[in-house]
Amino acid sequence: MIDLLYQPWPWYVAGPIIGIMIPLLLIVGNKAFGISSNFRHICAACAPANVKFFQYDWKSGLWNLVLLLGVVIGGFLGGWVFANPEPIDLSESTVSSLQELGIQDFTGFVPADLFSWEVLASPTGIIVLAIGGFLVGFGTRYAGGCTSGHAISGLSNLQLASLIAVIGFFIGGLLMTYVLLPIIL
Amino acid sequence: MKFSDFILYLLSGIIFGFVLMKSEVVSWFRIQEMFRFDDIHMYGIIGLAVLVGVISIQIIKRTGAKDRTGTPISIEDKDPTQYKRYLIGGSLFGLGWALLGACPAPMFALLGSGLTVMIVPIITAILGTYLYGVLRDRLPH
Repeated sequence: MIDLLYQPWPWYVAGPIIGIMIPLLLIVGNKAFGISSNFRHICAACAPANVKFFQYDWKSGLWNLVLLLGVVIGGFLGGWVFANPEPIDLSESTVSSLQELGIQDFTGFVPADLFSWEVLASPTGIIVLAIGGFLVGFGTRYAGGCTSGHAISGLSNLQLASLIAVIGFFIGGLLMTYVLLPIIL
Repeated sequence: MKFSDFILYLLSGIIFGFVLMKSEVVSWFRIQEMFRFDDIHMYGIIGLAVLVGVISIQIIKRTGAKDRTGTPISIEDKDPTQYKRYLIGGSLFGLGWALLGACPAPMFALLGSGLTVMIVPIITAILGTYLYGVLRDRLPH
């Protein structure tokens, strides 16, 4: 039984549990599931300055910041305490195309070739970590949601807006995967 | 915030973060695999999450369910006429998602798992959100 906590979970188990988050938060407090608003709450709490977009009571988002704290703890439990010692069972074609791009480390959740403090000193590290994060933060607020807010919550509520956003996610994602990533790596 | 609310939101977050790790959604590799259409993994997860979401929201709407405090549950609609923001903002998000291999929740779950370097994209994501706030009135929506 305890083995289940260490093993990776198949998609058909994980998907429904993630989906349950939607009714769970609605029932707990009439809240729409979404994570990226927290970046805005952090801006509003730390430095609203005279930017209108950040002049609201960030405490209205306190529930979401608490949820986010839970995500960090869940990450600690799932990725540290009950860490799976085996490498991810990736499809062979992904492994070979990433090897062609120069990725060598396939042992963890992320390649050490890109995700370490040492790599951050290189142009590749700065692009992946700093620019990548910046695009996620800028893009998600511009689009009004991220994977949880649009792809999961929004699509679950049959929102056309979210479908357009998800199409956008794939336009950007495919452009990065097939055109830009081979140049960057 | 009441202590009971705090515990419920915290627990929900813990479950979500834990599933993100166990399902490897947090993995840069899984995101690369998704955008290469090499495996069903990510599509299966998002697809089933949406399926459960659609069914639960339909039940909630049709039964007029109430939340824990007895308030009728209401879900705000998003305005589809602002298609430019969804398309442009979404595309910028997609560029970042495929590059960093992590969307917002996984950034924080990975940080919790001990990958301290994730603090860098978290800070730049906050800066990106800040810049959006500054430029907002000048961007097409």
